[in-house]
Amino acid sequence: MQKDLSHYKEILVKGIWRENPVAYQVLGICSALAVTVKMSTALVMSIALTLVAGFSGLIISSLRHLIPSNIRIIVELTVIASLVIVTDQILQAYLYDISKQLSIFVGLIITNCIILGRAEAFALANNPADSFVDGIANGLGYSMILMAVAFFRELLGSGQFFGISVIPQFVYDMGFQDMGIMVLAPGAFFIIGLLVWLKNSLPGGISHEKK
Amino acid sequence: MGDLLSLFINSVFIGNILLAYFLGICSFIAVSKTIETATGLGLAVIFVLTVTSPVNWVIYHGLLAPGALAWAGFPELDLSFLKYITFIAVIAAMVQAVEMVIDRYSPLLYATLGVFLPLIAVNCAILGTSLFMVERNHTFVESVVFGAGSGTGWMLAIVSMAAIRKKVRYADVPKGLDGFGFIMIIAGLMAMTFMMFSGITL
Repeated sequence: MQKDLSHYKEILVKGIWRENPVAYQVLGICSALAVTVKMSTALVMSIALTLVAGFSGLIISSLRHLIPSNIRIIVELTVIASLVIVTDQILQAYLYDISKQLSIFVGLIITNCIILGRAEAFALANNPADSFVDGIANGLGYSMILMAVAFFRELLGSGQFFGISVIPQFVYDMGFQDMGIMVLAPGAFFIIGLLVWLKNSLPGGISHEKK
Repeated sequence: MGDLLSLFINSVFIGNILLAYFLGICSFIAVSKTIETATGLGLAVIFVLTVTSPVNWVIYHGLLAPGALAWAGFPELDLSFLKYITFIAVIAAMVQAVEMVIDRYSPLLYATLGVFLPLIAVNCAILGTSLFMVERNHTFVESVVFGAGSGTGWMLAIVSMAAIRKKVRYADVPKGLDGFGFIMIIAGLMAMTFMMFSGITL
């Protein structure tokens, strides 16, 4: 049992930090940025993506001996699309406002490269339990970046943290202004660029090939 | 006519799917290393978008939208929750069909676009455009213009990025920022430039 736990822990750590999807595999950024204006939408998006990643790993891995290899992409997309439909329906039923704000971006989880990438690279070759943990780990790694971007965009762009104003009034009185650019699209690009720079400069950052 | 032109300009510049809605960034980064491949992929995206957007419009409004199946005796049926799975299947099938047709009739074009076509099936810009088309209640003609405009905007962005990357190849970028981070900063600057078009009204 001890060995099993450390085995899962290793898969988790690998997915969350060492091979963090956004920074090193350059995957899944597509839908990551448009929902990061506010932390609440980013959080819901993160939870949705993590669950879809975990369960698609579980299902695809359970079916891996049954799927003919030449139509595997279609099968994988169908499994993922079905999970996304379930997620979207749940969001519309219980979190209608946030589901409206996320608009098409929940649907775009289908084409998120992280999920299909993990299905191809991991779930097809490993057992269901490992694949589930791997999906969750990669989802959490992605969520971490997403929440970090949302944190800076909401803090700098509208002076709030989860919708609560955190920058005291006297700072505004002294002449501080919210940075409008952070709420707009370019802000997300800048933040993600700077975060990657930060992560590469931390000890243990992997130096990747020069492009 | 003026409305359509303004929709086109809007989807090329102000509502650029890549720089304003962050769709299709995976291939934007991977394929912008040289101008030739960027142009090839850009053309393929314009082509596929101009075809899939109206096809998905017909399928959505003919079969899936609430009440669309009234002619078959199901006036209350609402199948719109099936749009994700239908659209992705249509896109994958269209890409495959387009690939076969090009291969049959224009080997030269196939040699240029062929390698990019399978990549496009899972490009979020394609699915995103179809979903936006439904969400914004476009008419059939608008869906064609919107598809073509989004594709043109995407191509403009990726070709400009390829050109910029060629120019900065020997630039002295701080260690750590080099590579992916640097590309994101350039993309941010490009997004700012594209936003300046938002003052234009036609």
